[in-house]
Amino acid sequence: MKTLYTWSAIALVVTASTAGDILLAKAMREIGDLGLLRQNKGIFAVAARVLGSATFLLALFFMTLAFFSLLIGLSWADVSLVAPAAASLTFVTNAVAAKIFLKENVDRRRWLAAIFVAAGVLLIAH
Amino acid sequence: MNFRKYLVLLSVVLFSSTGDVMLARGMKQIGEIHLTNLGSVFSALGNFWVLLGVCFLFIFFASYLTALSWADLTFVLPATAFSYVMMAFLARSLLHERVSVQRWCGIMLIVAGVGFVAGGPSHTEQAAKAAPPAPELADPEFVKAPK
Repeated sequence: MKTLYTWSAIALVVTASTAGDILLAKAMREIGDLGLLRQNKGIFAVAARVLGSATFLLALFFMTLAFFSLLIGLSWADVSLVAPAAASLTFVTNAVAAKIFLKENVDRRRWLAAIFVAAGVLLIAH
Repeated sequence: MNFRKYLVLLSVVLFSSTGDVMLARGMKQIGEIHLTNLGSVFSALGNFWVLLGVCFLFIFFASYLTALSWADLTFVLPATAFSYVMMAFLARSLLHERVSVQRWCGIMLIVAGVGFVAGGPSHTEQAAKAAPPAPELADPEFVKAPK
């Protein structure tokens, strides 16, 4: 039963952090090049644009949800299982979600990169 | 990709790894936080290393947002995964943690993954060779000429 709880927490962390990353990328794409914006209008205009974006605030909400799900997961299982499992699965789900929702061109090179990094993170954290 | 953009990616890698290592150092000084006393986590904010780590992670987040403003998520995430490698080196040299053979294998896999994306395009519009961007989008001065 505890295994089921742990993997549900991991699934929640992965889903929430994927949603957070996708929304963050979408928000930044809507706002445009932050470096250029800072050069033209200054750093406060950048902060105002970012904090005023509804997509950005929604992304923050999902990232907070991911953080607290991680804390709950950690109370049920070891950090050496939960943290690497969540981090490495997120690399793969992000690639899938970016292709579907952001219409990013995820070619073979990027799939390989996501899978290699996910495997590497899994090995590193154990 | 120009020099400024590589600097932003470098800043993501440097500040996320050093920030995490500072947090780890501060939390080791503070000691274990028990589940029955989760509120004590707030006292960690008084620790010098934790505060400095938070500042570094704030700079990391700003750089990460900047990178996402001109590059794809599937480019930024693997390209900045090099921070895991940095973290292993820093943990070994500064925190005296042991880095096992298994970890070195993981590091090599990550380096290979970073190599895969770093050689490719950073943004989808540039990647789509089959469908070049419409001239109206590429050139603001473009005026549709009659065929």
